[in-house]
Amino acid sequence: MQFDQLLQYVLSGLSTGAIYALIGIGFSIIYNATGIINFAQGEFVMLGGMLTLLFLDSCKLPLWAAIPCAIAVSTASGMLFERLAIRPLRQPTPINLVIITIGGSILIRGLSMLLWGKDTHAIPPFSGEEPIAVGGATILPQHIWILGITLLIIAANKFYFYHTISGKAMRACAYNRRAAGLVGIDVRRMVLFSFIISSAMGSVAGIIVAPLTMTAYDVGVMLGLKGFCAAIIGGMSSGGATVVGGLILGILESLGAGLISSGYKDAIAFIILLLILFIRPQGLFGKAQSERV
Amino acid sequence: MNRDMIKFLGFAALILAVPFALSGGYLMNVLVFVGIHTMLAIGLNLLLGYAGQISLGHAGFFGLGAYLSGILTATYGWNPWLAMPLAAAVVGGLAFLIGFPILKLKGHYLAMATLGMGIIMYITFNETIGLTGGPSGLSGIPNIAIGSLTFDSDKKNFYLIWSFTLGMILLTLNLANSRIGRALRAVHDSEVAAQVLGINARLLKVQIFALSAVISSIAGSLYAHTMTFISPASFGFNFSVELLTMVVIGGLGSIYGSFLGAALLTLLPEFLRAAQDYDIIIYGAMLMMMVMFMPRGLVRGVPDLLRKLLKKRGGKHA
Amino acid sequence: MHVRFIVSMAALCTLMFATVVCAAAPIKIGALFAVTGPAAFLGEPERNSAKMVVDEINAAGGIKGRKIELVIYDTAGDATKAVQLATKLIKDDKVVAIIGPSTTGESMAVIPVAEKEQIPLISCSAGIKITDPLKKWIFKTAQNDTLAVGKIFEQLQKQKLTKVSILTVSDGFGASGREQLKAQAAAFGISIVSDDTYSPKDTDMTAQLTKIRGIKPDVIICWGTNPGPAVIAKNAKQLGLKIPLYMSHGVSSKKFIDLAGDAAEGIRLPSGKVLVADVLPTSDPQKKTLMAFVKDYQKHYKAEGDHFGGHAWDAVMLLKGTFELGADTPAAIRDQLEKTKQFHGIGGTFTYSSLDHAGLGKEAFVLVEVKNKDWVIVK
Repeated sequence: MQFDQLLQYVLSGLSTGAIYALIGIGFSIIYNATGIINFAQGEFVMLGGMLTLLFLDSCKLPLWAAIPCAIAVSTASGMLFERLAIRPLRQPTPINLVIITIGGSILIRGLSMLLWGKDTHAIPPFSGEEPIAVGGATILPQHIWILGITLLIIAANKFYFYHTISGKAMRACAYNRRAAGLVGIDVRRMVLFSFIISSAMGSVAGIIVAPLTMTAYDVGVMLGLKGFCAAIIGGMSSGGATVVGGLILGILESLGAGLISSGYKDAIAFIILLLILFIRPQGLFGKAQSERV
Repeated sequence: MNRDMIKFLGFAALILAVPFALSGGYLMNVLVFVGIHTMLAIGLNLLLGYAGQISLGHAGFFGLGAYLSGILTATYGWNPWLAMPLAAAVVGGLAFLIGFPILKLKGHYLAMATLGMGIIMYITFNETIGLTGGPSGLSGIPNIAIGSLTFDSDKKNFYLIWSFTLGMILLTLNLANSRIGRALRAVHDSEVAAQVLGINARLLKVQIFALSAVISSIAGSLYAHTMTFISPASFGFNFSVELLTMVVIGGLGSIYGSFLGAALLTLLPEFLRAAQDYDIIIYGAMLMMMVMFMPRGLVRGVPDLLRKLLKKRGGKHA
Repeated sequence: MHVRFIVSMAALCTLMFATVVCAAAPIKIGALFAVTGPAAFLGEPERNSAKMVVDEINAAGGIKGRKIELVIYDTAGDATKAVQLATKLIKDDKVVAIIGPSTTGESMAVIPVAEKEQIPLISCSAGIKITDPLKKWIFKTAQNDTLAVGKIFEQLQKQKLTKVSILTVSDGFGASGREQLKAQAAAFGISIVSDDTYSPKDTDMTAQLTKIRGIKPDVIICWGTNPGPAVIAKNAKQLGLKIPLYMSHGVSSKKFIDLAGDAAEGIRLPSGKVLVADVLPTSDPQKKTLMAFVKDYQKHYKAEGDHFGGHAWDAVMLLKGTFELGADTPAAIRDQLEKTKQFHGIGGTFTYSSLDHAGLGKEAFVLVEVKNKDWVIVK
């Protein structure tokens, strides 16, 4: 095993993992504020990529203008989703919420298919395609964008949750919704906020990854699934633990494909995930909780 | 004879009379699949509705049953009647073993673990090409036969599948009303309270998990022998989700609800076919509406809705 | 005399009326395409092409005054659905022949139904298993994978390249290609030095390519459909791989060049001739058909007609040929199809026989290379 080969696996894994982490944090934010596992999270990732393409091609906007427009529209659709599908629910049992978000994801995917067709589309990279050598391995400028933006978003997240009033309010909701309501926090507003933040984050993930992976109406399914895994490994935290979860998943896949078997690489990742869950049922970083009876 | 039995007999008579009302044709074929899906939904409902444990990997058990049956009969020339119980035993045993660590998990961790389990099985079907034929599928699976009667037409398969399905319904009805059923509901409501009452909650959950896997496996075997061809694509994550949807839309913890859910989700795409490319949108929207307006499932939602309508009308009269 | 005249006139009228009624009854054919789902890149052009050609036949007055009625169902690439819909076509719609399905998996699932109900089926998928071993009622228009693999290996043999790494997608298309690549290698003196796969939805294949780079093969052959191969091309460029890269006919369309961009340069693949229709020599017997197809498709759908659409086009035209010879029952159509000789279609020149229901030779493929964002024929 040569060192530069190993380095390449790790670097590739890190950049894929960063995307999983971003999507995973989106899952966690909504979960913490509402207890919902939002199966439509992957669709916001897809919307990010497809909307960027729409603004680039149909509106002839330059890339730097198309990206904020795309984020704005996907965030708006996240808001709309919360208002139309989540809030009016009369009996929001967890399982009903799961089905609602599954229905929502099918709906969003179907609409996108009608709007943009079934083809895969390429999006230009943010800054060139000249490979950059790192040790014996190579990465693309886009990878640096991905890692940079992920770090930036995590920092912004940290700041929001720990240093702003509404961020603290949202954390209060995560601990105990009823208590949060009793101290005067508008819980419904916090739920809406959580959808806004996570749909925005999802779309950013979709946009920064699209130049590498290309985009189509159905890319959200797999990416959403992987993001969900990242969040679970991270114990549904909306911070560092989920990031580590995403990176672990990315590296596992890459090493699995390179060193063991490319056919079984997803299975390897999932087996390790299951082992983690069996040994630490509360996630890799979660604290064991006593159950409320 | 109690009320449940009368209800069941009525239901069975209704189902078995269907072929007389239809002149064969395509709808028969769809109804065969309604039968298979009902079986699967009932299996999952035992776990989800009665024991309160989610599974996002049941398509894996369905597939494992189908593949074991398919391989034993098509490749090794076994009789389907031998292959089916063996497959069910293997799948049940496997579920029993993985049930212990998996059912220790709760909530979304359980969802994740079962999802992972389903995906691992799917990848195995895809990659063990020598055994399963890989992504190109396994063909040449024989039809089931009793003596010289081969179940090779839709009508014959209808009776075959539905006798299994009706048997399954009878079994689960009895189970739900037995001591085990009551214990299960106790575990569902409060695991700790159930344990205080002397119920071995963990073992009970694992047993139900295994039983529901066995039911899925039998459905899988029957599916393989009716289709005579199987490929991994039918046993992926999407199908697990569809099964879950059937159970929830039908009504948690209701056997007839599972039938309604399975029937609706199997027949719906047939009716939506006329809408062509819009079908997926209507399908998604309908799922959402259903949960919004009938949060307790079809089986309770429809009467609720009717009652409400009647009340409104009654209110006006008064 | 008078009476006899009236009677004969009446008889004549009845006869004419009868032929008119007869002529008005359309010939019903069915089609199963994966218009949605993972194989939509096959199903959509197939549906479009089939619709287009049937509309044209009908606009030109049909066949001997009879119109063709085409019933198309979307299988979403799902074998279960394909079987159900095949049953629906046969039992409810009472079609005389079926075109499709789009993928090998679906075709294999539907074959027992068609065989049992004795309805001719012209599959649009590539797997060699569909017509080998031969099945009485089953024909196909898509070129066998064997031919595509042979085309690449021939070239490698010519250049004396022997060490090959393969990277295939883990779906029906990739699995079939992988099987053929391994099966035929020895006959061309080629050894497969590594065998990797990727999942259809994977977004990064640098791990597999890094591994392959360490093995140092002469050539990498990748078997998949968009977008995977485009990602692989980009990843290969990122890693600075200098090893020649071959793809399959699964990506032989302009779309691949659009997706892979600069990374596509120099990539070679076997393709149906439709991709290079405009630069084919005029002596090529398919040229006229190909040019007409491309132009037509452009006019109707504002898109590039590809050889996937061509499979459906060929199937409809083959059926049309049998109708013209008077066949309108499933059995007559089957017998007539088997007698098809030298039909110059999109996929190649078809000659079916009682021993061969695939009908194509290796001249159905050309080897092409991406140069300056366009396809050129490798001589």
